[in-house]
Amino acid sequence: MATRIAIGGAAGFAGDRTDAAGPLVATLSRFDGPRFLMFETLAERTLALSQLERRRDPQAGFNPALDRFVGPVLAACLRDRIKIIGNFGAANPRGAAARILALAREQGLTTPKVAVVEGDELTAVLSAKQLAACETGGAILREAPEIIAANAYLGAGAIAEALDHGADVVVTGRVADSALALGPLIHAFGWRDDDWDRLAAGTLAGHLLECGSQVTGGYFADPPYKVVPGMAELGYPIAEIDAGGDIVITRPAGTGGRVDRLTVTEQILYEIHDPAAYLAPDVVLDITGVTVEELAADRVRVIGACGRPAPPTLKATVCIDGGMLGEAEISYAGPNAAARARLAAETIRERMRTRAPGLVVRTDALGVVSVLGSNAATPDWPSEATDVRLRFAAQSHDVRAIERLLDEVEALYCAGPAGGAGVRRRMTPRLASASCLVERKFVAPRVSMVGGGA
Amino acid sequence: MSARTIKLYEIANARAGDKGNRLNIALVCRDPAHYEALAQQVTAERVASAFAARQPSRVVRYDLPKLAAFNFVLDDVLEGGVNASLGLDGHGKSLSYVLLDIPVEIASETPLPEAAAPAHAK
Repeated sequence: MATRIAIGGAAGFAGDRTDAAGPLVATLSRFDGPRFLMFETLAERTLALSQLERRRDPQAGFNPALDRFVGPVLAACLRDRIKIIGNFGAANPRGAAARILALAREQGLTTPKVAVVEGDELTAVLSAKQLAACETGGAILREAPEIIAANAYLGAGAIAEALDHGADVVVTGRVADSALALGPLIHAFGWRDDDWDRLAAGTLAGHLLECGSQVTGGYFADPPYKVVPGMAELGYPIAEIDAGGDIVITRPAGTGGRVDRLTVTEQILYEIHDPAAYLAPDVVLDITGVTVEELAADRVRVIGACGRPAPPTLKATVCIDGGMLGEAEISYAGPNAAARARLAAETIRERMRTRAPGLVVRTDALGVVSVLGSNAATPDWPSEATDVRLRFAAQSHDVRAIERLLDEVEALYCAGPAGGAGVRRRMTPRLASASCLVERKFVAPRVSMVGGGA
Repeated sequence: MSARTIKLYEIANARAGDKGNRLNIALVCRDPAHYEALAQQVTAERVASAFAARQPSRVVRYDLPKLAAFNFVLDDVLEGGVNASLGLDGHGKSLSYVLLDIPVEIASETPLPEAAAPAHAK
C-alpha cells in the first residue's frame, strides 16, 4: 500500500484558467507514488444552469470547457498513470464521460477506463413537496414551484470505489468539492469510513485544493502589502498527503505564485463558518487545532485536523426559476456629473413608483459607490465625481415591469438630464436556490464504468 | 513605544466567502505578534458596526490562535446572496476590505509593507 500520494488541484471553478493543469501534470509525473489530478468546476448555480442546457440539448449539460481542461493533459495523464477526478459532469456525467472517450479517440490514445458517479440527482426520488419539507434557512420551496435542479452533495465513497475499479478518469456530478481529494485518499490508503481524524485531514486537503490557485497566491495579491510574483503564470496547488493525514501544500517548479503561512491560512478559512464544525458528507471537520508550518520555500505543512462522525443528513441544493434580472446603465461625465446622475436616478425612481409599483429598483453609481451600496434609497454621492456610470437593476417574474425599467433608463437619452450617454440594457434569467437537508436513505451513489475494460 | 492608530489593512489580510445570505471573512495577522491586540479590539460588535449599512442580523467571531487568525460570520448581509442580490457583488467578495478599513491601535511601529521590507525579514 502507498505511503504518500500527490493530488493536483487544476481548477477552482467552471471559468478557471484551462491551462493550469500542464505544469501540475509535469510535476505529478515525477512524483514517487500514486498521483491524481482533480478539477472542481461546479459552483452552486452552475449545476442548475447545466440542467437548463441539457433540457435544450440532451447531449449537453456537462462543463462546456471540458475539452480545454482535459484535452491538453489527457495523453500525459494516461501515460503516467495520473488519475483524473472531476465534477465536470455537472448535469450530464455520462455525456462528459462520452466526450472524454471521444477525446481519447481523436488523440489516438488507448481507450481509457472512465467511471461515472451518479446518484446526486434528487428530482426522481423526492417530490417538490418533500424537498420543501426539508428546506433549511428559508422557505422559497413552500409554494411548490417547478424544480429546475435538486442535487445532493455526495461523499467520497463512490469516487474511491471508481478508483478501486481501476478508473483512469472519474466523472461526477454534484459531490462535496473536498470529496474529489478524499476519494483518492480513501482509495490509496484504505481509510475506514469511521476513521474520523483521517477523513477530516483528507477533507481539509480537498478544501485546500478545491479552489485551485486560491491557496498558491491567487486571490491574494495586494502589493506592496501582499506581493505575489508571476501572477500571469500562477502555479496551481499540489497536496502531498501521507497515510496518517499529514498534508504538504506546494506548487510546480517554474510557475508563479506563492505558498506560505499566509496564503494557506486564508484558504483554510475560506467559506468556513464554525471552524470546529465544517460539515462534509463523510465527516465533521474541526480545524481549530490545525497548524501551518513553512518547511521550505513554497512548501507548507498542514496538520492537526480533527474529525467527528458524519452528519446524519446530506446537504442538497435545489434551484428554481427566479424570474428575470434587468440591468440598464447610463453615463454622465464632466462638470456637475454626479449631480446630473443623481437627478437621473431620482427621475427614474419617481417614474417607476407609479408605473411599476412594488418593483424594487437598485441604483448604483459606478466609480462612486457600487459594490458597497445597498438597495436602500439613492446614496449620497460626493459631488466632485466627473465620470459616473449609473446602473439600475431589478428582479421579478413580471417581465413587463422589468422591461418598463429598462425602457425608462433608455428614455433618459432624450428626456433625462443633460449629457446622458452610452445606454446599455440587458435582461438575464435568474435562478433562486434553496438548501435542504436530505435523509441519507434517499441518496444512493452509483458507479458505472464506461470505455476500456467496461 | 507609544500606541498608534492604523487601519487593519496595514497589518492583516482578509478573505471573504459566501454561502447563501451568509458571509464569512477570515482575518489573518501578517505578524502573529499582533494577534492579542486584534483579539481585544476587533470584536464582533465592532465588525457589526462596520457593516451597519448592511444591517447584519448576527455577527459571530471565532478565534483561531494557532493560525493567528479570526473568522467572522455575518448573517443576512448579502442582500439575498448571489442568486438574489440586485448588486454587482452578490458574493460579497469585496466586503473583506470593509473589515480591513477598521482602525486599530498597535503598540509598535507600523510594519513596512512586504515590498519595502528587506528580503531576510520575510
